[in-house]
Order: sequence, then structure tokens, then C-alpha cells
Amino acid sequence: VNEVIQLPRAARAFVSFVALLRVNGFAIAPEQTTAFLEAIALLGPRDPEDIRQAGLATLAPPPERRATYDLLFRIHFLGGEEIPSAEGDDEEIIRLQEEGRGDEEPLLADEINESGEMAVRAEALAERRLIPGGPSEPLRRLAREARARLPRRRGHRRMRARRGPWADLRRTLRELTRNDGEVMRLGRLKRRARPRKMLLLIDVSGSMKARSEDNLDLAHTLVQATPNIEVFTFGTRLTRLTRALRLKRREQALAAASHLVSDWDGGTRIGDALQAFLAVPRFGSYARGAAVVILSDGLERGDLSALRDAVAKLSRRAWRLSWLTPLATGASFVPQTEALTAIHRFVDDMADGGSNAAVVAHVLSLRQRRAA
Amino acid sequence: MAVRANIAGIDSPEALEKALRSAYYLADQGIATAAYLALALGKPLLLEGSPGVGKTEAAKAIAATLGRRLIRLQCYEGIDASAALYEWNYPRQMLAIRQAGDETIDIYGETFLIERPMLAALRAPDSTVLLIDEIDRSDQEFEAFLLEFLSDFQISIPERGTIRATERPVVVLTSNRTRDLHEALRRRCVYHWIDYPTAEREARIVMLRASSVAEATARAIVAAVGKLRREPLSKAPGIAEAVDWAEAATLLNKGGARWPDAFKRSIGVALKDEEDLAFISPRLDALIAEAAA
Repeated sequence: VNEVIQLPRAARAFVSFVALLRVNGFAIAPEQTTAFLEAIALLGPRDPEDIRQAGLATLAPPPERRATYDLLFRIHFLGGEEIPSAEGDDEEIIRLQEEGRGDEEPLLADEINESGEMAVRAEALAERRLIPGGPSEPLRRLAREARARLPRRRGHRRMRARRGPWADLRRTLRELTRNDGEVMRLGRLKRRARPRKMLLLIDVSGSMKARSEDNLDLAHTLVQATPNIEVFTFGTRLTRLTRALRLKRREQALAAASHLVSDWDGGTRIGDALQAFLAVPRFGSYARGAAVVILSDGLERGDLSALRDAVAKLSRRAWRLSWLTPLATGASFVPQTEALTAIHRFVDDMADGGSNAAVVAHVLSLRQRRAA
Repeated sequence: MAVRANIAGIDSPEALEKALRSAYYLADQGIATAAYLALALGKPLLLEGSPGVGKTEAAKAIAATLGRRLIRLQCYEGIDASAALYEWNYPRQMLAIRQAGDETIDIYGETFLIERPMLAALRAPDSTVLLIDEIDRSDQEFEAFLLEFLSDFQISIPERGTIRATERPVVVLTSNRTRDLHEALRRRCVYHWIDYPTAEREARIVMLRASSVAEATARAIVAAVGKLRREPLSKAPGIAEAVDWAEAATLLNKGGARWPDAFKRSIGVALKDEEDLAFISPRLDALIAEAAA
């Protein structure tokens, strides 16, 4: 770009802004930097607003991270005089980089931590590291068998087949040209099966403490194994983990994910958490036609009717709703707690979620189970 | 890449904004800048936003402003090259083969080619705007296919060879963000996230779109819609719904309904989900009274 050669000094500030964004977790390709410089040249630039707009258009920060982008822009180009320092909240935005931290995150009405001490503990735990070591045998089994045994649905893409509802005209014509214009055999097409959407909701409250880390590990294996999956954790907050868990390396992904979750081992209001989940249209649509799996003990401290409404709503949207609780042992499990009894009739499967092996076995059996 | 600072007399975001306004589209600075940059840099424009914030309208307005024909490709799951790009007219080919007898014919000639939106745009890049609508509805295979098209603006038809655009076509993509698009796709485009407009701008949009609506009605509707958007609804009303609501309420009012009542009776055009209606109905009276005040 000419501008770089003619105005090395001026251009340097823009290029270093891109570097600053990258350091803060924005994924920006070199071609975007080029487009950014061209855009600035095109716009004049007459004022800083032109530069900000050019960056928004060409560097494409995701909408939920707009606030961070604007803040970094002010720091870099305007000397950061306007930064409100009192709350310390903004610094938080910079340090925490993933989704679920922006304005999109639905905060539950009021934190239910009974004491301040609890909050401090939760904060400390946010930094916790997950146990190193390779994946356990059930998880290896999940990775191995996922492709063959996770639920599927009929897709809308067609593939050639021996038998099927449509004629494959393209193939038929090709064969016809080889046979002097005679149709010997009509090729057929059928609908190709695709992996069904999955939605995994993981309870990370105090009562699920023993399972939290294993569940996260399992979520990572599942995210790696199937393309259409969304993972959220809930406790006092709702956190989307899908993107963090897309990282291939297990340790890296788990570290990123555990850093995102800030409400480890806190309290729960499952009903409110699920309501909050359903209230974001984008999230709510993840449940539509999906195999929804909730890993929670159902120990509800909040309002039972909120829980019942949310689960009923989820159940109507889902293809099949599974509630896996560590309390359920054996096939003859009958829910005892008030919350589980209340939601029992909306849930398609209420099964054992007490160990990786049990959860994996259930998830892999989903394809055999019919849509409810 | 050819940078063109001046396209059809438009040489700045402000000029584009003005031109869009005469096409009945009120653009804010953000979208005017993004659209101008997309035109000038020769890149596709990717518009994301909640349903009903006017993404498709923006594409229509851009086409009208440039005086070009809009070619719309609506995406859906399973959309493939034969629906988006080209298709051979198989029955015609078969008949031609039968009729040809001993003569040789080229069954991959122009007469047998059915043009689909992307090919049509590629062949007339200077007189069309290609709108690829709701790209998030298509599957990953199509997204990958699109990536190739958007980076080189060329397509290869195995039987015919490669067709290349003589200049970069104007392409607008929209997404409702029901799933995350591939990073590579975002990277190739000029991006803009369309937010709900400010109350002031939305009232102007309502009056521009529905000329029969009085200013007071428009303001009341916009205030009410703004309140509804803050509620945890599964489908929040968009700008289109606000316009419809204002028109419907005005119509009822002309038919004799009193004001707060006209708003309330026409709520069905703004909220179209039964659960949402049930959720909001106990507070609807208060909400409308507050908005109308």
C-alpha cells in the first residue's frame, strides 16, 4: 500500500492498533490490516471517528466485543483520558477476552451468594487449573464412537443412492451420452444424514463440585467430535464455552474454558439460569430440534415454577431432552427431590450422570432413542 | 485490488447516506461508512443483526442507489451449486440428443445452461447487485463454496471452463447470526453489525415507511417497541414490526377505535409468538399507556 511507504509514521499507529487488538484476542488477518489502511486513506481521515468506523468495518470485531474494541481504540488513539478508572470494570473487559463477557451475557437478577466470602471464593476458583493427564477411557470411547453413534437427522443435501425419491439427472445424462442417447438406468438421489444439533448445559454450582471438572473435560471431547454443538455452564451466571472448547489441545481448551467460568462452586438457581438462556433468542434457537443434555443434580434453591416453565419450554423445542444427575443410580431411579419431581414429566430421559462412563454411555445411546 | 474512491458519483459515506435517503433508507453513520468502504474497496458487504433491523432493505436501497438490478439468492439448508450457480437443462439436452440423429451437437452450449443468481451477477457485474440473504441458514459446505466465489469472483463450470467477472461485482451478504459464520468469510468482507436504531431515528423510519402514520403515533409505537425489546422475549419486534404496528394501529383508529385501544388490539403484528404474548399481556396496558404518554 502506498500510504505505508509515503507516511510510515502515520501508518505505524494504525498497524500497532491492529497489534494491540490481536494481543487482546481479536483474530485479525493481514489482509484485514491492508483493508483497514486503505479504508482510512479513503475516508480522509477527517477525524478519529473515521478511523474507528474504518476499523469496525474492516477489522470486524464481533458485536459482543464492541465495548472492548471501543475502549482499546480510546486508549490507543485518544490517549485514554476518558477511561473511567473508578469501577475497574473496564479493565476487566480487556483482560477477559472471550465471548460471554460482553453485554450479551445475561446476568441473573441478583447474585445468590449468601455471603461476600462466597464471592471471593468463587473468584479465586475462577483461576483454577484442571487436572492434567490424558483423557480417561470413557472419553476415548466417546471420541472413537461419536461419529458412528451420536444422533443424526435427515439433512437437505442430496447424495446419489441406489434408491431414493429423486432422479439424478446429471448422472443419468452423463451415462446417456455414452450410450448413444439411450437411458439405460435412472440414477437416484436421497437425502443425506447429518449430525444432529446438540446442546450441553453444565451445572457448575457447589453441589456439582465433584463432577464439574469431569463434565468440562467431557464437553471438550464432545465439541471436538461433532460439529453442531453448543456448550454452556450455569450457576449464578450463564457462560458460553463453545468457542473456548473448539481449541484442539485439551489442556489449552480446558484452561481457557475454566478461565471463562467465574461462578465455580457457587449457588444455583437453575430455573433462572435456564430462563436467562431461553431469553436470548440466539441461544434459545440452539435448542430447537437439538439433542439437549443437562448435567445437573437439580438441587434448586430458587423458585420451582420458574424451573418448571423453563424446562417445559426447553422440552418443547428440543428433539430429546436428557437430564443426567449424579443422584440417579440404576434404571429404576425415581426422583425424590421436589425440583426433579416437578420437571420429571417434561424430561425424556432422567438418567445417571454420576460418572464419565455413565454420561458417555447415555450420550452414545441417544441415536437409538426415538424423538419424543 | 482496485480501489475506486468514486462509484456512480458517490465519493464519501455522507454522499452515500444522502443517496440512500432518497431511496427511502435512513442509514446511520456506521452502515453508510461500511457500505461506502465495501463499494470502494471492491469487497463484499456482510451485514449481521437481529431479524427485522433492515438488512435486506439496506441491500435493496444500495441497488436502487446505484441504479442496478438486485439479484437475490435466498439461502436455505442444503442449498448447492445447482441452485446458486448454474444448472444444465437436462430435459432439453436429452431431447436435443434424440433429435440430432447423426449430426454432432454441443449439448453444453449456451442454450442448455440455466443461469442461477451467482452466475447472473458474475456475467453482468456492472449492472447488478448480488444479495446473498440469510447466509447463516445454509450449511458449512455452501459457506466454503461461497468463500471461493467471494475471493476470486470466478467460477469454473467443468464442461465450459472458468468464467471470470470483468470487474468486481457488488455483493451484499446478510446473516441473522443463528450460528457463527466461518472466520474466513468474515475476513473477506467489510463487516457491519446493524443494531436497533435510536428512538429518534426509528420514529423517522416509521414515518418514512408508512406515510399515513402521524408523528405522535410513530413516537408512541417506537417507545413501546423499545420497551418490548428490553423484555426477555423469544422474538423481539424489529423495525419492520414497528412499521406494521404503526400502520395497523392507524388503520384501526381510522375505523373508529380509540387510541390506547387501537395499539392494544393490533399488538399481534408486533408480537407473533404466543408465549411472548402471554408473557407480556398482563402488563400490556401499563406499557402502552407509558409509551403513549
